[in-house]
Amino acid sequence: MTLKKQDVENIAHLARLAINQADIPSYVQNLSDILALVEQMGAIDTEGVTPMAHPLDAVQRLRPDIVSESNQRDYFQQIAPQTEAGLYLVPKVIE
Amino acid sequence: MHNKTLVELAKGLESGEFSSEEVTQHYLDRIERSADSLNCYITVTPELAIQQAQAADQRRANGEAGRLTGVPIAHKDIFCTKNIKTSCGSKMLDNFVSPYDASVVVNCKQSQLVTLGKTNMDEFAMGSSNETSYYGSVKNPWNVERVPGGSSGGSAAAVAARLAPAATGTDTGGSIRQPAALCGITGLKPTYGRVSRYGMIAFASSLDQAGPMTRTAEDAALLLNVMSGFDEKDSTSVDSPVPDYTASLHHSIKGLKIGLPKEYFDGGLNQGVASVIDDAIKHYQSMGAELVEISLPNTKTAVSTYYVVAPAECSSNLSRFDGVRFGHRCESPKDLEDFYKRSRGEGFGPEVKRRILIGAYVLSAGYYDAYYLKSQKLRRLISDDFKQAFQDVDVIMGPTSPTTAFKFGERMEDPVSMYLSDAYTIATNLAGLPGISIPAGFVDGLPVGLQIIGNYFKEAQLLNVSHQYQRETDWHRKAPVMDIL
Repeated sequence: MTLKKQDVENIAHLARLAINQADIPSYVQNLSDILALVEQMGAIDTEGVTPMAHPLDAVQRLRPDIVSESNQRDYFQQIAPQTEAGLYLVPKVIE
Repeated sequence: MHNKTLVELAKGLESGEFSSEEVTQHYLDRIERSADSLNCYITVTPELAIQQAQAADQRRANGEAGRLTGVPIAHKDIFCTKNIKTSCGSKMLDNFVSPYDASVVVNCKQSQLVTLGKTNMDEFAMGSSNETSYYGSVKNPWNVERVPGGSSGGSAAAVAARLAPAATGTDTGGSIRQPAALCGITGLKPTYGRVSRYGMIAFASSLDQAGPMTRTAEDAALLLNVMSGFDEKDSTSVDSPVPDYTASLHHSIKGLKIGLPKEYFDGGLNQGVASVIDDAIKHYQSMGAELVEISLPNTKTAVSTYYVVAPAECSSNLSRFDGVRFGHRCESPKDLEDFYKRSRGEGFGPEVKRRILIGAYVLSAGYYDAYYLKSQKLRRLISDDFKQAFQDVDVIMGPTSPTTAFKFGERMEDPVSMYLSDAYTIATNLAGLPGISIPAGFVDGLPVGLQIIGNYFKEAQLLNVSHQYQRETDWHRKAPVMDIL
């Protein structure tokens, strides 16, 4: 699989990742190399194999839906870049 | 003092030969004197360490000491430590002071271990050389022109250089075992689910597992006792009792069946490394073990399978770093999209970006079956290979890494060549099995690690098999010579 410049730009957009234009050629090269490595998977026939979701075939443990934590909003927001009145601030989304 | 193992430190503390404060101060002095020229630590916590040491000494005076009360250790900077910077080796978290402790850290605190600081690592644990750290590379104490391995390279180098008697590490594709091998120490990756992942910054959640990095197998057993256990805060934590891992260390290994997978001794293996591993295996034979040739036919596809599973999970896990609630935030964004993209683009380094991009690609619409589903099927086949093998043998042995420590820059331009550093360690993560690397000799002055893989929850057996070898050899006692200290 060889990626094109446009592919890398598209994935970067999906991943919400800014990439410098100057770095794109090296990403195109590296990502194509990695995908070539990944494509070695195709050499193995996996017809009828059950996909493995967990090494011990364990299932998700459930717990009762009850409150287990106390409110520590102020403490947690001490490390936030920008807050106001207990809310996290981001650029305006709706005009 | 700094050449003492955890066992010897514990003994000295118990007999009153020295106090925890003395041991801790000794290590802090050493770290300071080294001016961290190996770059092992991202953060050193001297005040906290002394405070914890004094508290440990008080506990001992009150007759409330446990086995490791007052012994200092270092934590990989991937473990959240309350009110202490937790960077995960990334610019993204350079300003992150964790509001809580990881369960591993809580367990260590409950056993009254002292925290010396947080060790350097590849950014978000993505790397095999420590060169992707935002804080610069760690140097290998055996040769400062070479890498310490990764991603737990800071922990491995600190233990090898006697800048910590032991450290915690994490292993997603070899990140405990490979640096342990390259730095000449003992490193154990437990069975998936044995040690809690809560508060351990996630890379690939179905593969990540924490474990001890120490000088000896006996020390690893002691530290694993502290780290292990069921944790309701980790949804994949395994609820089964934790044995005392030191209890079976002295068992004889006569009649032990050792499987030697032919795929682990293939063309990619350096000849010097091969001959060291061969000697180690012959030594086991002389101790009464039986050698059995086996095959793990899907070994070759493990690396390609891993580079779908791990990036896919990484792209999902790392989507939480968005600049909103904590971590790096870009300056004057023009809108929300620009805000996300630039915060993430500036906060992550090139290797992390590559993995996020690969992950986003393989998970994008139309590609799921060809990549992710295919990789999960291969994971089953790789895991079945081991299941089959363990019907005939007790443990599997081979090299931990195909080469000894390589030079800085050697593999940075070509990510795929770096990924192949983990060719022998990755399959155990995909299968969720435990594995250990122990020092087995040297090639041109650089350490070689012997890897031993066990069946699920057979950590005690791996430690027993390692300890028996360490009783008869002294590779694990060798220390690098360093002018700086």
